[in-house]
Amino acid sequence: MNAPILDTFLFVALPYVCLFTFLLMTIHRYRAQSFSYSSLSSQFLENRLHFWAVVPFHYGILAVTAGHLIAFLIPRGILVWNSHPLRLYVLEISALACGLLTLIGLGGLLVRRAMTSRLRRVTTVTDWILFGMLLVQTAGGVAIAVFRPWGSSWFASNLSPYLWSVLMLNPDLSYVTGMPILVRAHIVLAFVIIGFFPFTRLVHLLVIPNPYLWRKPQVVRWYGRR
Amino acid sequence: MVFHLDKCIGCHTCSIACKNVWTDRRGAEYMWWNNVETKPGTGYPTKWEDQDKYQGGWKLNGSGGLDIRSTSKTKIVPNIFHNPHMPGMDDYYEPWTYDYQNLFNAPEGSDQPTAEPISMIDGEKIDVQSGPNWDDDLGGSPIYAENDPNLDGLTEQQRLQLSSVERLVFFYLPRICNHCLNPCCVASCPSGALYKRGEDGIVLIDQQKCRAWRSCVAACPYKKTYFNWFTGKSEKCILCFPRLETGQAPACFHSCVGRIRYLGVLLYDAERLEAVAKLPDDELVEGHRSLILDPHDPEVISEALENGVSEAVIESAQNSPVYRFVKEWRIALPPHIEYRTLPMLFYVPPMSPVQASRSEDTITHSSDNLFHDIDESRVPMKFLASLFGAGHEGVVRYALAKQKAVRWHRRAETVGDVDRETADRMLREADCSREEADAIYRLTSLCTFEDRFVIPPMHREQAIEMMKEPHEHREEAGFGFVGGPRRGL
Repeated sequence: MNAPILDTFLFVALPYVCLFTFLLMTIHRYRAQSFSYSSLSSQFLENRLHFWAVVPFHYGILAVTAGHLIAFLIPRGILVWNSHPLRLYVLEISALACGLLTLIGLGGLLVRRAMTSRLRRVTTVTDWILFGMLLVQTAGGVAIAVFRPWGSSWFASNLSPYLWSVLMLNPDLSYVTGMPILVRAHIVLAFVIIGFFPFTRLVHLLVIPNPYLWRKPQVVRWYGRR
Repeated sequence: MVFHLDKCIGCHTCSIACKNVWTDRRGAEYMWWNNVETKPGTGYPTKWEDQDKYQGGWKLNGSGGLDIRSTSKTKIVPNIFHNPHMPGMDDYYEPWTYDYQNLFNAPEGSDQPTAEPISMIDGEKIDVQSGPNWDDDLGGSPIYAENDPNLDGLTEQQRLQLSSVERLVFFYLPRICNHCLNPCCVASCPSGALYKRGEDGIVLIDQQKCRAWRSCVAACPYKKTYFNWFTGKSEKCILCFPRLETGQAPACFHSCVGRIRYLGVLLYDAERLEAVAKLPDDELVEGHRSLILDPHDPEVISEALENGVSEAVIESAQNSPVYRFVKEWRIALPPHIEYRTLPMLFYVPPMSPVQASRSEDTITHSSDNLFHDIDESRVPMKFLASLFGAGHEGVVRYALAKQKAVRWHRRAETVGDVDRETADRMLREADCSREEADAIYRLTSLCTFEDRFVIPPMHREQAIEMMKEPHEHREEAGFGFVGGPRRGL
């Protein structure tokens, strides 16, 4: 009885609240707090574990996020790819491997921050909340990959339409109501993280320095002329 | 900029002036935009000249182009998350203070309370193992002086001599950002936050644009960009531009007790920069010097005016003490030009104590070779050449010989213990005229504030006038942040 109301809140209201927060606050923060629009690098304070934690985490999460994004954008392509069992296995296993890589890297990051007293000084409460959320989300993702396999297919067939329906401002709950609790939690937390995004160090992924590869090496600024 | 090393007494006044003005802040405690090193020594950060370790500066690639050694454009993409060559805090030192509160708050006991060292990062008690100038005056010491990367080119015998007690020697090397013509830090910044100011060539980091990718710290071969661990931004020497713009010398220059520092305008040919930066090692010093243009040449003056250089700047260039040391007299040399950043800070290499030669029971300091004490000086020429000549001794010997000739010329003039003929022969051999020797002597020994710092007015007011009402600007302008450089929420 309560379920539909809860569902409406979790899968209709919450996504919109989070998406709008994301949209407004990222722009607002860029305009108002441009100084802190980056991740506070701690490589300077701890240079050894940094490599073993940061690198696997970033490569892992980039691959996993790209996977989600592709399944969201071209679900048909994924389904066609998965029509052959061997290709499905390859996709599932590499996705799981990337998920584990992320999880290991994230674990390393947390241990590194918790164990090094220098690093605790540069870790804010916001950081800890974010790390907690990412840890739960990644662990949940890996758990789904293990206990609810063939996610690449059912994401493409069921979740992608739901996400598109949210994006098209015509949310269709029928796709998610029947989903297992693990998957539903993953979806909800994903939206929460998106909403939390502009308040955290995650904003650094919006300022990836793309013009660098094309600009001239030297930069000169003039005051009065040119 | 010229630093006259023969006059540096290693008092660290410059470092303290800089520290008090700019880096006495959280996150910047460990930074010494200006530091003074003892050479031979390992320096700050430890062994910064060892580019096998730090991978700073430029290198020539196979096809004759220049690549940033640490993270070239192709290497930055896979290495964006973890910079493989960035020095960590332990390569500098962990800044500390003392637990003074304990002197007041310690419970009553049988011992005197002490103020123990505590880390300025995490406040924990630390066992201090290293600090800035930890190798101060430790010429000849086994852990510091013997590990100087510049000793690599020396023979085993020369190394042994350097550490033998009766031949111990050291000199000081004050270092600030070189405000290079081909700055590696600028070229390496993925965000494009670093830039060179067109008007005066100062290299700055835009604190709003810096996104903490840390490339500049690894790329600068002199390790003069620093990472502020608290604000997550890189910082560096700003050549006290707020002072320069109002006609004052930078704090380190102004406070220099030995008056070793000179500041003046150099006009240079920016179009040939790239070609010069690609020259082979032995041609770099001369190539770099050839970039500097004669400010008295009518052609140069008209070109400069055409390019919008104001007459005041040209006039300053004509009176520039730096131009005289570097170009006219050729006795000031760039540090480690083989890093190919074309530094704009030049050093007059130091004379070192004469190496006594023992004949039977007496120790003599004389020889038929008038320049014997340069060729056989306690600091091997090879060592100085590694610092100031990209490993080639010619330019260093030239600078030292000329300095010695000036001394003997002045001795002949004023003391009279050297005969005029010998002095003239020395001047001739050192490629120096009497007039030039006198000029070098005056600018070295009798220089006033105005002789050392020839700073042109910036005419910022004219630039501002074009934009808005000057009085209005005065009310709005100021340095720093409205809200303070804070991070996050």
